[in-house]
Formats: sequence, C-alpha cells, structure tokens
Amino acid sequence: MSLDIRLPIGLMFAVLGMLLVAFGLVSDKAIYDRSLGININLWWGLVLLAFGVVMFLLGRRGTSAAKSADDSAEGRGIEEREAQVEREGRKGRGGH
Amino acid sequence: MSLTTIDWVIMAVYLVFVLGIGFWLRRSIRTSTDFFLSGRSIPAWVAGLAFISANLGAQEVIGMGASGAKYGIATSHFYWIGAIPAMVFVGVFMMPFYYGSRARSVPEYLKLRFDEKTRGFNAISFAVMTVFSSGISMYAMAKIIQSLHLFDAAFAAAGIAQDRIFDASVVISSVIVLVYIFLGGLTSAIYNEVLQFFLIVAGFLPLVWLGLRNVGGFSGLAQKAPAGFMESWHGMTNPQNNAMGVEWFGLAMGLGFVLSFGYWCTDFLVVQRAMAAESMSAARRTPLIAAVPKMFFPFLVILPGIIAVALPNNVPLPSASTQAEASASLARKGIIPQKIDEKTHQPKVDKDGKPEFDYDLAIPNMLMFYLPTGVLGLGLTALLASFMSGMAGNVTAFNTVFTYDIYQSYVHPGASDRHYLWIGRLATVGGIALSIAAAYAATRFNNIMDMLQLVFGFVNAPLFATFVLGMFWKRATGHGAFFGLLSGTLAAAIHHGLTLPQGATAGIKGGWLTGGSWIAKEYYSDMAANFWMAIWAWSVCFVMTIVVSLMTEPREDKELAGLVYSLTERKKEYAGPWYEQPVTLGIIVLLMTAVLNFVFR
Repeated sequence: MSLDIRLPIGLMFAVLGMLLVAFGLVSDKAIYDRSLGININLWWGLVLLAFGVVMFLLGRRGTSAAKSADDSAEGRGIEEREAQVEREGRKGRGGH
Repeated sequence: MSLTTIDWVIMAVYLVFVLGIGFWLRRSIRTSTDFFLSGRSIPAWVAGLAFISANLGAQEVIGMGASGAKYGIATSHFYWIGAIPAMVFVGVFMMPFYYGSRARSVPEYLKLRFDEKTRGFNAISFAVMTVFSSGISMYAMAKIIQSLHLFDAAFAAAGIAQDRIFDASVVISSVIVLVYIFLGGLTSAIYNEVLQFFLIVAGFLPLVWLGLRNVGGFSGLAQKAPAGFMESWHGMTNPQNNAMGVEWFGLAMGLGFVLSFGYWCTDFLVVQRAMAAESMSAARRTPLIAAVPKMFFPFLVILPGIIAVALPNNVPLPSASTQAEASASLARKGIIPQKIDEKTHQPKVDKDGKPEFDYDLAIPNMLMFYLPTGVLGLGLTALLASFMSGMAGNVTAFNTVFTYDIYQSYVHPGASDRHYLWIGRLATVGGIALSIAAAYAATRFNNIMDMLQLVFGFVNAPLFATFVLGMFWKRATGHGAFFGLLSGTLAAAIHHGLTLPQGATAGIKGGWLTGGSWIAKEYYSDMAANFWMAIWAWSVCFVMTIVVSLMTEPREDKELAGLVYSLTERKKEYAGPWYEQPVTLGIIVLLMTAVLNFVFR
C-alpha cells in the first residue's frame, strides 16, 4: 500500500487553511492588534489552503510514494545483500 | 498565555495526521528493509526535506533563535559555513560509497571498508549518543512547554497538579513518536519529517513577515538591532572584535570543516535519509536538495531572534513570562527578559553584576508577541512538531544501528528477516524507554548530562578524518582507522583538559587535567575552545591513521572495490537533465551560499 506523501500534506494544509479562513471571518477584530491590524488568520489561511489543494492534486499522480522493498530495484538489491549477511551469519562469524 | 479552541483544534488536526500516516504505512512494512530503509524507494525531494528536518529539532529552532538574539546574523555561520559545504561534499563525493556499497548503516560501511572493531566502536558510541540526545531533546521540550504555561489552564480544569505537566509532555510525546515509528518505521519518520518541514515554514513565515514589517524591513532592522547584528563577517579577523569570540580561521576550520563535515558526512541520523533514497542519483541529490532550504533557514529562525532584541524596551512583554511580569525590576533586551533563578526566584546576574538574559525565550516570546490566536496555534504546533521529529530521527537511527550493527553482528547473527524486523520494533520501544530515562536523569543531574555531551564531543570530533581517509586513500587499514579514532578522541580530551575559555573555572568547561593551575591556552569563548578542540582531534586522528596504516598490512585492492574512490569504477555520469546532475547542483548551491555571505557580510 503505497501512499504519495503529497496527499496527507495537501489534505492537512487544506484543512488547516479552511479552519484559519473560517476563524478569520468570524473572529473579533481586536485580536489583530498584535499582528499590526492585519487579519493574518484569513490571509495566511488562504495561502495554506491554496498550497494544500495544489499538493493534494499533485499527490493524486502517485509518483512520490515510498514502496515496499520488493517493488523497488534498489530495495531488491538490499534484500539480496541481506540474504548474504544472513548466510554469513549462519556459517558462524563471517568476514575476514 | 491563553490558547483558545481554534489553537487546540489545529494541534489536534496535526496529531490526527501524524498518527494517521503511521497507521496507513503499517501495511507497507513487510521486511526489515522496509522498516529500516524504507525499501530504498524514497524520492529525492522527500529524502532531501527529511534530511534537514531530522536535524531541525526544536532545540535547533529555539537555540538558533536564542543565538540570533545574542550574536545577530553571525549565527548564520552555522548554516552557511557550518552546513552547506559539508552537505555538498557528502552528496557529490561520499554518497557513491555509502549508497553504492549497499551498506545499511554508517557503522556497516566502516565494517566493509575497515574491520569489525572500527564498526563496533562507532556503532556502540553512536547508539548511546542517539538515545541520550533524544532524551535531552525530550527534556528540553517538556521544560519549554512548562515555561510557556501552555497547559496550565487545561490541567487546572482537570484538577491535576501543575508539576505533572512535565511528566505529561514527556509521556504524550513519547507515545506519539513510538506509535508512528513502531507502525511505519523509517518511512513513517521520513513522511512526518517532511510534514514538519512544511509546518515550520507555515508557522514561522507569518511571524518573520509581521516582525520585519513592524521594524521597517531589513534596513529598519539594521538600525534598531544592536550594532553589527546584520553583518556576519564583521570583526572576524580577531577574536576580541566579535561577539562569538572566535577568529575566521578557527571558525572556518573548526566549525566549517571539522565539526560540520563530521556531522553532515558521518552522522547516521542524517545519512540514513539519503541511504533510503530510491536510486544512486536520488541519494546523491538528497543533501543537495536539502541545502537549498537550509541556506534560507537563517531568515526563518535567526531573524526572529534579532527582531526580538530590536524591539523597544517599553512594549508589553508577552504573557509567557508571568514571573517576569510580576517583578517589574527585571532588566530586558527588547522582548527578552532577564533570567530568573529557578530556586531563589531572583533575577540572575553574572559575576560582573550584569544581568543574564533568557535568550531561549526569543522564539516563544516572538510567537506570542505577534501571532493572534489561530495562527499562534499553528506556530506552536510547528514547534511541537519539530520536537517530535527530532526525537523520531534519533529513534529511527538508533533502532537501525542497534538491530544491524549490534544485535545482528554480536548477539544473534543468522536469524530470519522476520526476527530482525521484530527486534527493530522492540528496539524502538527500548530506545524510547531509555530516552525517557535520560530525560528524567537530566532533570536530576544536570552536570552528568553536560559531561556526557562533552564526551560525545570527544568521540565525534575525529570521525571525519577516518571517513575521508577510508574513502579516498586505499592504503588506510582497519588498525589505522581504529587507533586513529582512539587517539583523536584522546587528543580531544587532553586539549579540553589543558585549555579554558575566558572567565570559566576548571571543570566541565575545561582545564580539568591540571585543575586550572596551568592552562596551555585561554580562549575568548566556549565556542572558540570547542572549535579548536575539534581541529586538534581531527588532526591527531588524521596523522595517527596514516602512521598506523603504513605500519600495518593493507587489504587487497579487489576487496575494496566500490568502497574507495580510486578503486571504484566511475560509471558514466547520470544522464538526466542538468538540474538532476549532482555536480551541477552542488556548484549552484555553493554559488548561492557565497552570494548570501556577500550580501550579509
């Protein structure tokens, strides 16, 4: 079961973005005194939402996923070596 | 410090995703290669972001902010001098041997290249060190959560004593890290590191933007910050002339060469991320891709520290420092208050009677000064995320070295793969349990922790000499490597025992060999002493490895194919587009770093 990493990242930032936008729309203006009068929740929420959606859409291509060792050329290479280390181990202490 | 519902919701969303990733990936872990090396299938950009995130624990974030407040933009030497060149070197020159040898860990490369005892020395010291560093970072996190009074209200409402907050922070963070690594192994750790990378950017970018806007951009900041705070090379000709107390040679050799190459090129914590990449080309690009965000991190973590001291002294302090607010007599620098003694509750002064400042509060206070509830939750979540992924990085490196290099090599060789996978999961539990023990040891015996870190410094300082000779000089032998490492470590200890930073008393800071009655050299700062210790350790290891190697029997050339530069057939350079060529990428990265150094000279 491979999972393109951009899917959870996209989904998480989309959710966080929506939360911030919604909160930015309903929140009291007074809390933005410290952020120089800028409704940072609303604006930054929009940025995160856009980022999340782009990541999610890219993630649906499924190209950036970790695979099981049997499904990747290098993974199989390591498993071969693994088997070799195991054989050496059985023979007693291998090496030189 | 008041968090509202929205902040808690944001934290909860993050936790759901962190654990969700672990549960999802559980199904893809079938063999030990999946668990320890992600089946060697991680795309370059993912491995690259994990490569820097694993190093970006919250100690790093808090520490760099603190250092920015203390020294200014010169702190970026830790990035531009102390990281980027080494990252380029490991990607371009060393990764072909790490990755190409199919070693499963850094100690295992030492076994293939040298011999069993060199591997054993490295594996055991590394395993002990990672467990302790993960414990120390757990301790630091729990301390910060306590001092920010984040959970005070929640605990009061639940009727739990306030001094349980430390315990709760330790337990909850360990359980979360344990669950996602236990289930998804290294893949889970890497995915969460990438998630954390984006969270740190998302949480800190609005902070830096608001801060810079408030002080009037870079030019305004240069005027309002203490003099020289925006010039990284100012006064570097002489240790007396700069706040770091070190001159350019010690900086370039000690930090830029020995310490930085020793860390980025040999520490399995970071190298493991590149070893999990999907191909040789991806493995070589991993540190190079990582170098690009790394060079801009100073703007994310150091600038807030500088802005914190550039703010006027009359702005109201954020309520994080409740104690500080209570007594108005505290000195302050911008929004950084004077330190308060934990026992006496009195403001702290150094021995000249000058106030000591609590620089570690730079980042937390900045977050609370500028961010309203909502984005504040995001910033704090980013901080928590970086704590946890720093810990997870240590734990995954530990379980791999323990299983492959200690258990499979010395305890139980020749067992089935399922058995080692099971041991790996067990080692995860054991590693976290030991970290918790270390975190509590840190609360009781602060000195022991300092001493351990010192000893780790001794062990780490000479390492790069061993690797560079191993990879680029075929005549280097196992005996040479082993005795070189031992004598380098010893040299570090002796150097430390004979020197002392200015104004320090003999003991943990140095001078212990003579009790301070005779000192070979007095440095201007702790940092300078540390850099020069590294230079000595490296040089002694380098020379001793060569001397002993020349006196001992070399291995046959054919045994070293793929492990040493001159005996490795150079395959035709990867024929991808230019932006996937390691050498081209490396040159671009170095040029960009040079420009940054020039702009902030």
